[in-house]
Amino acid sequence: MASDEFERVYEVTGRDYANAGRASTSIKDILKHLGVHPVVVRRAAIASYEAEMNVVMYAVRARMSLRVSPAAVTLEVQDEGPGIEDVELAMQEGYSTATPEMREMGFGAGMGLPNIKRNADVFDIKSEVSRGTRLLIRIAQAA
Amino acid sequence: MSPQTSCHHPLRFDADKCDGCMACMRVCPTAAVRVRYKRAWMLADRCIDCGECIRVCPGRAVVPLTDQMADLSRFSCRVAIPSPVLYAQFDPDVSPGEVFAALKLCGFDDVEGPSRACDMVAAATEIFLSEYRGQYPLISSFCPTVVRLVQVNYPALVEQVLPVRAPREISARDAKARKAAETGLPEESIGAVYITPCPAKMVAIVEHPGLERSYLDAAVSISDLFRPLATAIAKAHVGASTAAKSAARSETSSGVNWAFLGALPRSLAAADSLSVAGLPNVIRILDDVEKGKLRGYRFIECHACVEGCVGGCLTVENPYVARSKTIRLTQKLPAASPELRSEVERRWQNREFFTDTAFSARPLRPLDENISAAIAKMTQKEALLSELPGIDCGACGAPSCHAFAEDVVQGETDKRVCVFSLQRALVAQVEELASLVHGPGRPAGGEGL
Repeated sequence: MASDEFERVYEVTGRDYANAGRASTSIKDILKHLGVHPVVVRRAAIASYEAEMNVVMYAVRARMSLRVSPAAVTLEVQDEGPGIEDVELAMQEGYSTATPEMREMGFGAGMGLPNIKRNADVFDIKSEVSRGTRLLIRIAQAA
Repeated sequence: MSPQTSCHHPLRFDADKCDGCMACMRVCPTAAVRVRYKRAWMLADRCIDCGECIRVCPGRAVVPLTDQMADLSRFSCRVAIPSPVLYAQFDPDVSPGEVFAALKLCGFDDVEGPSRACDMVAAATEIFLSEYRGQYPLISSFCPTVVRLVQVNYPALVEQVLPVRAPREISARDAKARKAAETGLPEESIGAVYITPCPAKMVAIVEHPGLERSYLDAAVSISDLFRPLATAIAKAHVGASTAAKSAARSETSSGVNWAFLGALPRSLAAADSLSVAGLPNVIRILDDVEKGKLRGYRFIECHACVEGCVGGCLTVENPYVARSKTIRLTQKLPAASPELRSEVERRWQNREFFTDTAFSARPLRPLDENISAAIAKMTQKEALLSELPGIDCGACGAPSCHAFAEDVVQGETDKRVCVFSLQRALVAQVEELASLVHGPGRPAGGEGL
């Protein structure tokens, strides 16, 4: 780890609705303590929360890592799960595979991935069906 | 970090009365209290004026800085503006008219009931919501502690704080204009005095966030006024002036309802609004707002105190009882006059309900202004945290291991102040000594010399 980079890794468990959102709350807290600009904190908060909820709703488990450098906030989510069959389709606003249970919780508007992308400067997603998905996003910190 | 009192906070730690029991430190929701050498002090930039420390201090060492009646002699004319919470301190059979008469017996020249402004602000909020096109949800701005919490801990949300003046400000402005017209006195010599359930309203008067000035001049606490008022009510019961009684006819069920949480969501009758009270709960809700989770809601009413203003730390009655009494009182009061709506619309056109400026962000000081240095300190802090016991015992004088690690990294305290770190350092020394005496690898309690 570079000396001017801070890293924190979170383990997120699928279907664990009771603890859902804890990682993104912690991420937000760390960014505030580091003096990251409020706008960047908010973008990171929204993106990390949506990413965390995707894991909780669809995956078995995931390793979510936060890296902060003076230049950018980077979030990498590597999950074990069903993967996404058609990433392009999943990126469309309003497209959702949410179950009634998820909709009951207020999710399933088909805004998750588009919302993450909207709040990121770099967005990269790779998925392998029945293996898992790797999401990498980066939010630049204004110089 | 040095013991400090700040002019911007409506409370003071009295070192002579403090015995360092840490009750305040444990309850502070923003980790703004430290205790060392048997005395507590406040980290001024973290305090959000919630008053939880005042509530729990067994020695009354945290002193709320509200005004006393004697401070009001500088005004030629004093108008009391009671919080709707005041009524709930007394028996529900005591009418607003009797409370008004009692306030006059206690030294006020006039009383401006809170209902009218509450009803107008409810209507103005409804108009604002119908015209608003920004980010949702909007967050209510009437609790000064909530405003400060957003400014300090949720700076990205300041734009979502409702830019509508609090009813107490509208009451103060209207009362001053009315009294100036009645008496011919200049408005400056008329004191608008809020009868307050909490010290946070003092900040709203002194610092007036979002306003160029506050129309309120002072705030006297309900707890300070309770006894003289109760005595006066006994007298007023017989001799309440008809003038005071008729003035109190302006009190309405919807206005007095503002005493406890939910007044605005109730009057907006909107399914997409919610109300939350008690700081830990407010913090959870604001966390969710910041994560974008509550976008489906248009309006969130937040109160720092449980049950809303009835839970203020400068009230006398239990908040749950006060809420019940408020409900009983409002059942006897009339609804707001339908004519009020046209007045609100006229004054809305004059922009009378808007705050003067936007609420400013006042983000918490980061670990370091330089982000590389902040990252280095965060890494140090995490390393130190892994050595600490994580039981938040407080013996070090910080409310949690987390807060202590931060204080150490900031050079405010020493790692060995933690009894567990000290214990470990002592054991290491003893083992080092033992290895000198017995040879390496032998336990300290081994065979004698």
